[in-house]
Amino acid sequence: MAPLSNRPKRTRVVLGEVARARKVSQARRELAEQTEIGDALIRGLVRAQLALALRLALIVGLGLGTLPLLFSAAPALARVKIWEISLPWLLLGLLPYPFLVAAGWVYVRMSERNERDFTELVEK
Amino acid sequence: MGGARVSWALAGIVLVTLVTLVIGFYGLRVARTTSDLLVASRSVSPRWNAAAIGGEYLSAASFLGIAGLVLSYGLDVLWYPIGFAAGYLALLLFVAGPLRRSGAFTLPDFCELRLGSRKLRRLVTAFVVFIGWLYLLPQLQGAGLTLRTVTGAPYWAGVVLVAAVVTGSVALGGMRSITFVQAFQYWLKLTALAVPVVFLLLRWRSSGSGALVTPESPVGTEWLLGGGTPAQGLFGTYSLLIATFLGTMGLPHVLVRFYTNPDGRAARRTTLGVLGLVGVFYLFPTIYGLLGRIYTPGLATPDAVVLVLPGVVLGDGPLGQALGALVAAGAFAAFLSTSSGLLTSVAGVLSTDVLGRGSVRDFRWSAVIAGLVPAVLALSVDGVDVSRVVGLAFAVAAATFCPLLLLGIWWRGLTDAGAAAGMIAGGGAAAGAVVFTVFGDPGHGWLAVLVTQPAAWTVPMAFAVMVLVSLATRRRVPAAVGRMLLRLHAPESLV
Repeated sequence: MAPLSNRPKRTRVVLGEVARARKVSQARRELAEQTEIGDALIRGLVRAQLALALRLALIVGLGLGTLPLLFSAAPALARVKIWEISLPWLLLGLLPYPFLVAAGWVYVRMSERNERDFTELVEK
Repeated sequence: MGGARVSWALAGIVLVTLVTLVIGFYGLRVARTTSDLLVASRSVSPRWNAAAIGGEYLSAASFLGIAGLVLSYGLDVLWYPIGFAAGYLALLLFVAGPLRRSGAFTLPDFCELRLGSRKLRRLVTAFVVFIGWLYLLPQLQGAGLTLRTVTGAPYWAGVVLVAAVVTGSVALGGMRSITFVQAFQYWLKLTALAVPVVFLLLRWRSSGSGALVTPESPVGTEWLLGGGTPAQGLFGTYSLLIATFLGTMGLPHVLVRFYTNPDGRAARRTTLGVLGLVGVFYLFPTIYGLLGRIYTPGLATPDAVVLVLPGVVLGDGPLGQALGALVAAGAFAAFLSTSSGLLTSVAGVLSTDVLGRGSVRDFRWSAVIAGLVPAVLALSVDGVDVSRVVGLAFAVAAATFCPLLLLGIWWRGLTDAGAAAGMIAGGGAAAGAVVFTVFGDPGHGWLAVLVTQPAAWTVPMAFAVMVLVSLATRRRVPAAVGRMLLRLHAPESLV
């Protein structure tokens, strides 16, 4: 903000706020007033976030939930050993945790991106 | 057990208790308003909050129970810690951000904000108190059993000690002080398992690497699905997974923590942090269970395997005694932190919805009552299986608050009538199963599995009833549902 020396400070601040308030985007007003467009915008965000969450839940569910089937289909796998530890213990005792954290990390990143996209759309 | 070891262990327990009290009193100086007491004035950073949630969540069942189960049943029971950790992923994916953005203090608050019904609020309050007490009971019992195992003190001593310390620190410091207490207790619990395990593994290595990996790994699905183990077959395993995966988000002491985050984004980052911390923790009980299979097979009280291993493996020297004391201190930290979190959330809803209007004084009296009831219960029921009750608390939460939260956050069509009907149906069935399991005799066979692992049928039932009744009462959908969804899902800067 460039200083305007011949005006009282207080007036400037008020004028600035009024000017900014006028610039509030059309979309943002639609959101606040719950018009059809605003409603469609928020529905879009909710759907995107839900789709993301469901997709990750599905991946995790399949990843962990099919372990029993994997071993029943290929029993030889249960006898495989990696670094002296048999594969089943490794698959159940160790690997689920990094897998869960990775899924969570992807979700945090992508949901924040969804929100950024939404904010940009609204503020434009 | 030798006198020296008893005094070491006692010293460890006393130290943990004292530190908890000291941090609690430190918090007393900071806690001045109701907001401080209930939600630490919403100013806790993700790092502190994640450690505090981790500290609160890792209860006796995690610290002692899992290793004991691995010792007794082997591989099958690894589904327990997986489910306990995966519950945080479900919480992160579906609940954490929107719940924080709702701006509600407690679960009843969320309900009233979203659906605008006082009656529903009362129902939610009742379930918060029920689940809270159901979960507190095994914590206090575990404390009694641990103190008895480690020092030979009578059962009631541990119950009274933990109940008194926790009630005192919650009543005085509330959420603000227990945030610090619990963050400290997470790191204490992790240290108490991680440090001894290094020495245990070194000793195991130097003594020629006994058969660590050979605990019978039968071919096929038997070992994974747990025929005849506490998981009770395929149905039981999946039921347990559903209960832990969906029940975590409904535990009142876990939920109340999310209101202490500054915003929705921080709530998600906090949850991710918890997932990491809890995941690291759960690597250790498995190792204890495995070492237990080598060094203490057929231990009379399998739940004590974590407590006795340092002494058995490293001998009665100072190292074994010191590490044994460390583990005992960690176990006590587990009782203290989980109990204080539960007590805070139960006292919170009691003080705002039942006994008063949420003043600081109401909160303090509520904390005393909230601690007294489960303490009396724990003193009167000595024989109930600890790990079973914890699993049932998850099952009740999964059949009540999980559908309420998921549908409330993601579906416009939810009505107050639908929510109430679903919670009564699912929660009623699950609570009935709890009462029958704890006080009745479920026996064996299919019916027993359905009763002792109820989540697989009660959770879908709760969802179905909630959706169907909501559709039938479509006219009761709140008029402001669009505005509410905006508030739940849009970044704070836009609302």
